[in-house]
Amino acid sequence: MRKLIVALVVLSVVHLALLFIEPAGATRIATGDGVDVGIVFDVGGRGDKSFNDGAFLGAERAMKELGARVRFIEPGEGSDREAGLRLLAAEGMDLVIGVGFIFSDDLTLLAKEYPGVKFAGVDYAVAMDANGKPVPPPDNLAALKFREEEGSFLVGALAALVGNSKKLGFVGGMDFPLIHKFEMGYRAGVQAVCPDCTVIAQYAGVTPDAFKNPGRGQELGLSQYQQGVNVIFHASGSTGLGVFEAARRLGKLAIGVDADQYAEAPGFILTSMVKGVDEAVFGAIRQVQDGTFRGGIFELGLKERGVNYIDDANNASLITGAARERVEALRAEIIAGRITVPSTK
Amino acid sequence: MSILAFLIQTLRIATPYLFAASGGVLSERAGVIALTLEGWMLTGAFCAALGSFYSGSPWLGVLAGVGGGVLAAALHALATIRYRADQVVLGIAINLMSVGITRFFLRLAFDSSSNSPRVPGFDWAGATEGNTTAGLGSLLASFSNPLVLVALLSLPTVWWILYRTPYGLRLRAVGEKPEAAASVGVSVARVRWLAVLGAGAFAGMGGAYLALEQHQFTDSMTAGRGFIALAAVIFGQWEPKRVALACLLFAAAETFQIRLQGLQLLPSQFVEMIPYVLTIIAVAGIVGRSRQPAALGRVTE
Repeated sequence: MRKLIVALVVLSVVHLALLFIEPAGATRIATGDGVDVGIVFDVGGRGDKSFNDGAFLGAERAMKELGARVRFIEPGEGSDREAGLRLLAAEGMDLVIGVGFIFSDDLTLLAKEYPGVKFAGVDYAVAMDANGKPVPPPDNLAALKFREEEGSFLVGALAALVGNSKKLGFVGGMDFPLIHKFEMGYRAGVQAVCPDCTVIAQYAGVTPDAFKNPGRGQELGLSQYQQGVNVIFHASGSTGLGVFEAARRLGKLAIGVDADQYAEAPGFILTSMVKGVDEAVFGAIRQVQDGTFRGGIFELGLKERGVNYIDDANNASLITGAARERVEALRAEIIAGRITVPSTK
Repeated sequence: MSILAFLIQTLRIATPYLFAASGGVLSERAGVIALTLEGWMLTGAFCAALGSFYSGSPWLGVLAGVGGGVLAAALHALATIRYRADQVVLGIAINLMSVGITRFFLRLAFDSSSNSPRVPGFDWAGATEGNTTAGLGSLLASFSNPLVLVALLSLPTVWWILYRTPYGLRLRAVGEKPEAAASVGVSVARVRWLAVLGAGAFAGMGGAYLALEQHQFTDSMTAGRGFIALAAVIFGQWEPKRVALACLLFAAAETFQIRLQGLQLLPSQFVEMIPYVLTIIAVAGIVGRSRQPAALGRVTE
């Protein structure tokens, strides 16, 4: 009995001591005089070198340029997502941002509960009513959506033009509509320049965990490359890092997603389909600061420069001049509305 | 060519299962339920990434991974053997704890509770920039991690320990009838301690394989592989040979699933179930009634 008490005392002392440990870099109480912003990250978290890091970049810029005071929360398993948002809203932040489709329902709920706080949802999934009409989000909630299919269309065309193979690969994270947008756009882009090419599309799983299973990503990548695919486009969060590993190992090419992922496997990344997550996050913070923030659905496509593909000094040597011209012509056609890119299966 | 590719992929997928299942056999044959394989693996994966990152050597990373697995196993042994805690409850607790603790230290070390930076792994010299390896070369390149070979030796090693060493005899006796073993002077606690620490080392190596193969640690990257290994132990009826076959079978099912998904004949949600349905059928039907070590999970003096 005495041992048990000693053990309990020791444990509680350790527990208390741990409360005072500050993780490296956790303190982000910027001294700026701007707005208070809270950001909750998605599955995959900071360091995924894509989606979440994009949001982080945008917030960092807002801290530097606007003096915004930003707090970050990286949730663990399912249930503490809503708790993270609620905590920030209850603390009276000026703006609370949920990064990822997974926050859609929670944001809608909290926006109604805290009408004084402004909310923004990156990749917010707009709910449909019984008649299939979209339900508009509350006035204090901005739904920041991207037309990923348009950017995916361009990288699909590029992959088919420089891939040197009639087979193209796609690795998705979770098999659900948001990622289907990437796949359908990619397929359409491939078909646009090479009607007899086929796309092998595979998904890492059917739950959100499929976005953080690099082991599975690597196996999917290796098996596609061995079937004669030369270029794989991934839309799978941390799982995609496994696809890059496969490309590196076999000397093939992969296409990154959300942010410029060239640095993950230099020389093996053909390009990246980038989403302006940083721009969207920065924009939302600036609007709150200026007082121009308004709720509603904002869709960012090629025209709004919300999506794009990377073509810079790093990867220019992988893209031929003819391919570049063709892809840019396609971009113009999409912006002009002459090509409509499919987004659903 | 494609059969060879299938086999090699199966081996790669089987590697973490083989390591973890080796630990599972060792621990369960000594009478300690190995529900914690998942947590030991995850801890091993994290320590391997950390070790490889700071030392720059993947081999030191493997060593650190083994150390991490042993450390997590020591905690388990301390609570279940020394303090006689319930093995199932504690197993669940350690699995949950290892998810949290790896995230916590990941954040301390790398300022992200989700991903580590790239760490050195076992790189194959053949695949360099722009060098498109084809045919046999690409097969070999996809099979470049020496731990795969170590994994193939892990269950034979466990078999040898169990059936060819005096310690193995004691271990089996402790797992079946600890009172009888104790009556002839065998220290039940010491035998179990060693078995659990050994199990932690194997599972930690499995985790190290995952992390070094990816050149990175991602939170919860074991993704249930420890539980699949435990299923393989049960399916293999705690016999090293059968357990090895079970691991390979599960890995083959997963490989089959990946290839089948590529053909796009069936919806991915359906294909995704195949390995698990196979597990249920195998455990429930083909094996029939399995006989576990008699003293498994029992608290003894």
